[in-house]
Amino acid sequence: VTVEWLGVAETAQKIASGELQAVRVVDALLARIGNLDRQLNAYLAIAGESARQAAVEVDRKRAAGEKLPPLAGVPIALKDVLVTRGVATTAASKILSGWIPPYDATVVEKLRAAGAIVLGKLNCDEFAMGSSTENSAYQKTKNPWDPTRVPGGSSGGSSAAVAAGLCAASLGTDTGGSIRQPAALCGVVGVKPTYGRVSRYGVVAFASSLDQVGPLARSVADAALVLEVIAGFDPRDATSLPDPVPSYSEAVAAGRDITGLRVGLPHEYYEGTIDADVRAALEKTAHALRDRGAELIDIALPHTALALPAYYIIAPAEASSNLARYDGVRYGKRAEAGDLLSLYMRSRGAGFGTEVKRRIMLGTYALRSGYYDQYYKKAQQVRALIKRDFDKAFHHVDVILTPTTPTAAFRFGAKSSPLDMYLADVFTLSCNLAGLPGLSVPCGLTAEGLPIGAQLIGKPLDEATLLRAGAAIEEAVGLGDRRPGGIA
Amino acid sequence: VNVALGRKEVEEIALLARLHLEPDEIERMQGELGAILEHFGALAAAETEGVAPMTHAVPLDLRLRPDESEPSLPPEDALRGAPARDGDLFVVPVVIPGGES
Repeated sequence: VTVEWLGVAETAQKIASGELQAVRVVDALLARIGNLDRQLNAYLAIAGESARQAAVEVDRKRAAGEKLPPLAGVPIALKDVLVTRGVATTAASKILSGWIPPYDATVVEKLRAAGAIVLGKLNCDEFAMGSSTENSAYQKTKNPWDPTRVPGGSSGGSSAAVAAGLCAASLGTDTGGSIRQPAALCGVVGVKPTYGRVSRYGVVAFASSLDQVGPLARSVADAALVLEVIAGFDPRDATSLPDPVPSYSEAVAAGRDITGLRVGLPHEYYEGTIDADVRAALEKTAHALRDRGAELIDIALPHTALALPAYYIIAPAEASSNLARYDGVRYGKRAEAGDLLSLYMRSRGAGFGTEVKRRIMLGTYALRSGYYDQYYKKAQQVRALIKRDFDKAFHHVDVILTPTTPTAAFRFGAKSSPLDMYLADVFTLSCNLAGLPGLSVPCGLTAEGLPIGAQLIGKPLDEATLLRAGAAIEEAVGLGDRRPGGIA
Repeated sequence: VNVALGRKEVEEIALLARLHLEPDEIERMQGELGAILEHFGALAAAETEGVAPMTHAVPLDLRLRPDESEPSLPPEDALRGAPARDGDLFVVPVVIPGGES
C-alpha cells in the first residue's frame, strides 16, 4: 500500500514504530491533494503549513522517545462547519467568506491532542443543508467513482476526500443523514453517533436537537479509532452526555463474531421505490449476517412515512433560529445600509444561498405566531411516535438493517425540485429524530460500478454493537481493495 | 391545484426572518414553499392526541456549573472578524435617529 492510501490504524502504527515519518505522510498527502483536488474539488482550504509543522512535532517527539498519542501523524480533514483556529471556516456559505475563527471546536481540539494532523477544510452543502453538496456557495465536489455524479451531502467533501485517498479519515456532521448518505454514495464508512455522544462546541449549528459530529473512514476499524477520540463529555456543550466512552476499536477488534445478534428488518424501508441493485445488495447483506450466526427478525416502524415531513418542519424551524446570528454585525459579510433593519436584511439576503433562504423561510413560517401548534408542535409529537416505534423494536432486536439510500449516487442537477432532493434522505432522517446512532458501510456495487451503502441503526449509546456488526458486513460483502476509478 | 402562497404572506415571513428577497425570489418561494407545505399536510392526519411533544432526543436536565470565573475570548480575538469596529466596539448604523452622543 502506498503512503497516501494508508488507513488511520496503519498510519498511526507505522509512525509509532518508526517505520514511517509523519512528515513523509503529510507531504505525500499534500502532494496528492495538489494533483487531484483540482478534479475533485473536495477541499475548500488546505492547511499545508500548520499540517507540516504538526508532523515535524510528531517526528520530534518520536525521536525524543516520548510516548505518542493514539492518532499521532494521522492526516485528517474536516467538514467546513467545524470551527478551526486560524483556518478559514465558511460552512460553504458566502456569508462567512474570509472568517478566521479565533478558537477550535472541541472535536478539533481532541483530534489535535490525539496527535492527528489537520490537512484542511472540506466542502459541503451551505450550512450543511442539502444531500448532494451542490448547495455549496464555492464549488461542486465530484464523486470519485464517477465524476459526472454527486458525492452526496451534506458532508460530500468529507466522503469524496476519504474515498479518493486525499486524507486517512475525515469528520462530517449529520443532521438528517449528512454523514451516512455521502458515505454510502462514495463507498466509505460513516458513523452518526448517538445524540449527545460527541461535543458540538464549535460546530456551526444547523438544527440543534438533531446535529451530531462523526467520522468518515475507509474501514469500520478506522472509524472506530476516530470516534473514540472525539466522543465524550464536554462541559461546553449542554447536550453532551456524561456516559464514559468505551474503546470502540477494541470492540471491533475483539468482536467480529456476531452469533446470536438480532438484526431487525423494518418492512417500511424495503417497500416502495428502491433501486433494484440496492435491494439486491441489502438482501445479500442480510443473508451474509445470517450465515455468520445473526438472527434476522421482521419488524415494523409504522410511523416511518411521517419522518420526512416531521424532519422538514423541525430542522428548518431550528435553523431559522440558529441562523439569526448571521446579521452582518459581529463577523461575516455585511451589506451596507442606512439603517439597522436594512443592514440585517440586505446582509442576509446577499450572504445566504437559495436552499438556506428556503429553509429559513420554511422554519419561520412554521414557528410564527398562530401556526406553531399546527406545524412545530405537531412535528414534535410525530417525532415522539417515531421514537416510540424504535423503542418497541429494540425490545426484540439489537440493530436494525436498512439501505442507507434508495439509489446510488445520482448525476449533477438530477434532483430538480427541493422535495426530490429531500427524498434522498428518506432512510436516514428517523435516526436523527430519535437520537439514535447510525452507521453506513459499503455493501457492494451497482451494475454501473457505483457503491451501495447498508445502514445499521442501534440503541442509544450502543455504537460498539453497530461497529461490530458493520465490521461483519465489511468483511462479508464490503468493497475490499476496490478503489474509485473516476479520478486519475 | 394551486397551492402557492400569496405574495404578501411570503413578504411578511421574509420580514420576520430578516431576509431581503428579490422579486424573482419571492415569486419562486411562493410556489416552492406552497408545494412543500402541501406535501407536509400528511402530518395533520397523524393521530397525536395526548402525545407529549418531543423537544430533544435524549432527556437531559439543565446542568449547573460551579460559579467560578474562567478566561473567555479576549476582546481583540472576538472583534477580529467584525465588518466594522471602533476600538472595542462593533459599529452599526444609527439605531435611534437623533440620539446624538
